[in-house]
Amino acid sequence: MARARIGVITFPGSLDDQDAARAVARAGGTAVPLWHGERDLRGVDAVVLPGGFSYGDYLRCGAIARFAPVMAELVPAARAGLPVLGICNGFQILCEAHLLPGALTRNSGLRFISREVRVRVENAATPWTRDYAPGQEVTLVLKSGEGAYVADAATLRGLQERGQVLARYAGASPNGSADSIAGICSEDGGVAGLMPHPEHAIDALTGPGTDGLGFFTSAVRALAAA
Amino acid sequence: MIEPKGAGQSARRRAEDTDPQPYAELGLTGEEYQRIIGMLGRRPTDAELAIYSVMWSEHCSYKSSRAHLRQFADKAPRSDALLAGIGQNAGVVDIGQGYAVTFKLESHNHPSYVEPFQGAATGVGGIVRDILAMGARPVAVMDALRFGPASAPDTRRVLPGVVGGISFYGNCLGLPNIGGELAFDPCYAGNPLVNALCLGVMRHEDLKLAAATGPGNKVVLVGAKTGPDGIGGASVLASASFGGGGEGGGGAERAKRPSVQVGDPFMEKLLIECCLELYAAGLVLGVQDLGAAGVACATTELAAGGGPGVGMRVRLDAVPLRDSSLGPAEILMSESQERMMAIVEPSGLERFVAICAKWDVPATVIGEVTGAGRLEMTWHGELVVDIPPGSAADQGPVYLRPAACPPGQAALAADDPSRLDRPGTGGELRSALLALLGSADAADKSWVTEQYDRYVRGETVLAMPEDAGLVRVDEQTSLGVALAVDGNGRYCRLDPYAGAQLALAEAYRNVAATGARPLAVTNCLNFGAPTDPAVMWQFTEAVRGLADACLTLGVPVTGGNVSFYNQTADAAIHPTPIVGVLGVHDDVRSRLSIGFRRAGCEVVLLGRSEAEFGGSLWAHVAHGHLGGRPPAVNLAAERELAAVLIAGAAGGLLEAAHDLSDGGLAIALAESCLAGGQGCRVQLPGEAFTCLFGESAARAVVVVRPGAEAEFAALCAARGVPAAVLGVTGGASLEATGCFAIPLDELAAAHRATLPALFG
Repeated sequence: MARARIGVITFPGSLDDQDAARAVARAGGTAVPLWHGERDLRGVDAVVLPGGFSYGDYLRCGAIARFAPVMAELVPAARAGLPVLGICNGFQILCEAHLLPGALTRNSGLRFISREVRVRVENAATPWTRDYAPGQEVTLVLKSGEGAYVADAATLRGLQERGQVLARYAGASPNGSADSIAGICSEDGGVAGLMPHPEHAIDALTGPGTDGLGFFTSAVRALAAA
Repeated sequence: MIEPKGAGQSARRRAEDTDPQPYAELGLTGEEYQRIIGMLGRRPTDAELAIYSVMWSEHCSYKSSRAHLRQFADKAPRSDALLAGIGQNAGVVDIGQGYAVTFKLESHNHPSYVEPFQGAATGVGGIVRDILAMGARPVAVMDALRFGPASAPDTRRVLPGVVGGISFYGNCLGLPNIGGELAFDPCYAGNPLVNALCLGVMRHEDLKLAAATGPGNKVVLVGAKTGPDGIGGASVLASASFGGGGEGGGGAERAKRPSVQVGDPFMEKLLIECCLELYAAGLVLGVQDLGAAGVACATTELAAGGGPGVGMRVRLDAVPLRDSSLGPAEILMSESQERMMAIVEPSGLERFVAICAKWDVPATVIGEVTGAGRLEMTWHGELVVDIPPGSAADQGPVYLRPAACPPGQAALAADDPSRLDRPGTGGELRSALLALLGSADAADKSWVTEQYDRYVRGETVLAMPEDAGLVRVDEQTSLGVALAVDGNGRYCRLDPYAGAQLALAEAYRNVAATGARPLAVTNCLNFGAPTDPAVMWQFTEAVRGLADACLTLGVPVTGGNVSFYNQTADAAIHPTPIVGVLGVHDDVRSRLSIGFRRAGCEVVLLGRSEAEFGGSLWAHVAHGHLGGRPPAVNLAAERELAAVLIAGAAGGLLEAAHDLSDGGLAIALAESCLAGGQGCRVQLPGEAFTCLFGESAARAVVVVRPGAEAEFAALCAARGVPAAVLGVTGGASLEATGCFAIPLDELAAAHRATLPALFG
């Protein structure tokens, strides 16, 4: 079995693309750089949309990135089952692209938050979380100014009923996120958005530990099994 | 030469005119104006006057400080590590394995008071471009901040704005913020200090210099369009030229323009990636960032950097503008952010432009390098500048301003804190510790640091509240770089010579406390007005002290920055040299943290403790007192202590290390307990108050790995470093036997409540 090839898209203003690529490699996959301006997914098996400030967050976080040429390829591919993980700004882009419902808004404290957070994995049956146990608590890194998830009551109820809440903040929501939501996923679990950063928690030397690696090993294993 | 032209063709003043020129409004003295006329053999044009006024400003020319700063070169210790030194955009240091690092501190004090958010943001942007201009990838930032009293209403305006600006700009650039410092004192009310540091990494062969070479090569302006940012000075020219509002009220309108620049970190991020790709493609012969004095500075310095005979011809009307009403003088002086100037061979221009287009970064050829030795600039065909580039860049005035020790200095030194009431009982000592730990100066800084991304790039090994920041440079070899910035205005107020040395010693010690070897120094010298002999005395003493200490410790100054005029009316800030020390860590996996993480380990105090309270945090917080002598400087002891810390880390003998500074042993122990989650039980090795709160230099507290006690004791003995076993780690409280025990929860509450209560 060939190593899973996981694309990492670089938009102008992407910041955590190298970190995401490193996490893919640590998990045993091959990271494939993808460029925002090219309508080409280079035949990858899955895609990570990394954190950062794509297009300077102008207009709204993720609002311009959704129109990037690469997204014209990504959106139909994701709808057809290509696993996609959007982290932080990547999550915002997935919401703007309507691959995930709801939106991310300014933190309730109105300040950027950069700190380690405990997160509970609510759905451990997706290609991005299958290496975790349901309900497992992990330490990841939250670093965002607009990380408060919002959606209308019906959407929140639907997310809960269909198992689309991927992860919640354990304890009080640090940013005012509805229902303490830290991440959500599509109905089939393939498209996932996560506000905290798993790629910054893959090595105790440079982060809070290795709890985040599971998101990437999950994908590598899921793709190998597919 | 500037040729006379027919009158009425343009509103710009020309060389042959006779009406008065607004040199004074532009900040030039009559003598300086005459110096320009002498150099040119004629009156300057408006555009030339604009160039000289900004290039000969204190900020760009270092005219009041240059004669003294020479000591950093004259007294520099011999170092094989220095690849580029003072005079370049930033110093470059060899750290081995083919890597070089470049780092520099720079002030953005005044803009940060006027407009805290944008002032601080563009301060980060400016220092990052300095590092980029050396050919390096910026990899981390730090900042040293000083504000007025924490509870003052204006501090509530300035501090959140400054922190928000640093957070906004640095986070958006994807540069981890790995440390810094934050202090409060009434002397900084109205004159906050915002000093930003950037660290960059490159391979040796990537080093770039600010030099224009090769006649016929293109001068390319890269990055943002030029707008009317930071041209408060140029508006004087505009209003004078246009007769104060003759042309559509232009003069009056312009005078109202904000003088603080506005930053766009997204453009800067693109500029970084774009420049690094241009460098890697070998398309850049010389490069200079545009900061203070913008195009004026970049063109004169690039041309002057090219050496004798090198000149430049520039079409100012080719500069892409955000505001089409700007004239040549304003374009020259504009401080619009996110711009660089590159020298490119004609054969490489097409590839150069293609790479810029890939990153959506505008690039415009605005001129050529010439062999004529003149900086010539045209405006729609008319020659408006024709000067020798060195006359503006290197031949500005140099002043040896009078310096005199102020009359009150001796009385200040005589006002020893020994007369102050001291805590005596265990309960009093306990209360004193909690009061200090909860003071704004010593309080937990998470309110600030949680707004900064420390994780991005995945190479941050240590960040605040550690003694120093530490970033990995090579994932395969675990080579890394440690950085600390320190300063103590109170010590410097009492004795600027010793105070500057203590700032260096603290940063040096902080770097060593991670296990890194200190290699090089940068500084940002924040002072009042150099026209005040008392301030000038402080400045000369601080520079002399720093240069002497750098020589003794064997760490050269690689560059720095001077910020004068930090004063309101006659009241200057404390003299506040901020010193940054860079060290190399051979294996970041063996780094030491300040945290007590493991129970049952020996806690050892290194160094000699004396009753030194002049300028101490205790005197400041408990009594609002500043007087006496700062702690004695002992650089030989600093050197030996650092050697013990470095060897202890490399040999795996230590679990943790924390330097002792403000608040002495008491604050260090409390911070280490809180950082690692383990308490400790210690027996104070002398009179309790002195042991707890004295601020003797050259000290650290360490935790020894179980089993390594004898080996570590032998190491200390061999280096002549006094080592007193204080006790052991463990438990849920900080206990000084016979004095007090404070539960960690209570310590944490005192430590963490202060800044959120003040700033929300």
